Amino acid sequence: MSAYTVAKVLDLKGLPCPMPVVKMSQEIGSVAVGEIIEVLTTDPGSLSDFPAWASTTGNEVLGSEQGDPIKIYVKRCK
Amino acid sequence: MSVDVTQQLAELQAKVEALPPGKKNKLSMVVFSGDLDKMLAAMIIATGAGAMGMEVVQFFTFWGTAALRDPAKQAGGKDLMSTMFGWMLPTGRNKLQLSQMHMAGMGTAMLKDLMKKKNTASLDQLFEIAQMVGVKIKVCEMSMDLMGFQRSELIDYPDVEFCGVATFLADANDSSVQLFL
Repeated sequence: MSAYTVAKVLDLKGLPCPMPVVKMSQEIGSVAVGEIIEVLTTDPGSLSDFPAWASTTGNEVLGSEQGDPIKIYVKRCK
Repeated sequence: MSVDVTQQLAELQAKVEALPPGKKNKLSMVVFSGDLDKMLAAMIIATGAGAMGMEVVQFFTFWGTAALRDPAKQAGGKDLMSTMFGWMLPTGRNKLQLSQMHMAGMGTAMLKDLMKKKNTASLDQLFEIAQMVGVKIKVCEMSMDLMGFQRSELIDYPDVEFCGVATFLADANDSSVQLFL
């Protein structure tokens, strides 16, 4: 169980760069401001790319979990 | 000692107003190279920037313009030189070769095979994504002329603009990121 209340799970398994952030940017609008998306990815680069994406787009990465798949929790902030 | 605050404030205001406009969250990229590997890098960075919410402008110039050719389209009325150039240059993004390890086509074929196996986005997909995330394509008019390309033989992409160096510099001037590939 995750520590966050997740509004949506975004399955990006098997997608390499640049697809994870591309898909993320398309899906962020599908949840309300303040809600959280759980991202499932097999791309280790996403661990660094999602915080970079979030800081540029004004959203927030709350945390991530290593594993198979990697889980990243993204909060829509605006 | 009396200082005229109002006057100082007015002077400061005038100075601030005279400052040049700040940089936008924008990427201006020159796509000069017509190599498959460099084109992949150019498209991945451009689509990634689009996903980051950046305004993205790609300037296709020189060898890069060949990647915009549509193999299904033909343009007539070319002179001998243009026709010969047309034969020698790749007919579109799927005919590009690696800058290294091309090995008479073997290396390039191996890389494409590997990309399929690893599920990496192809140039076809990347151009589609570019369109989706609003990447703007501008093409150097002089290169088109030099290579003997006509507008009618380029791919269908929304709002392609044909321009010169001033357009690129104007875009680059207010961009936070500028790249040359």
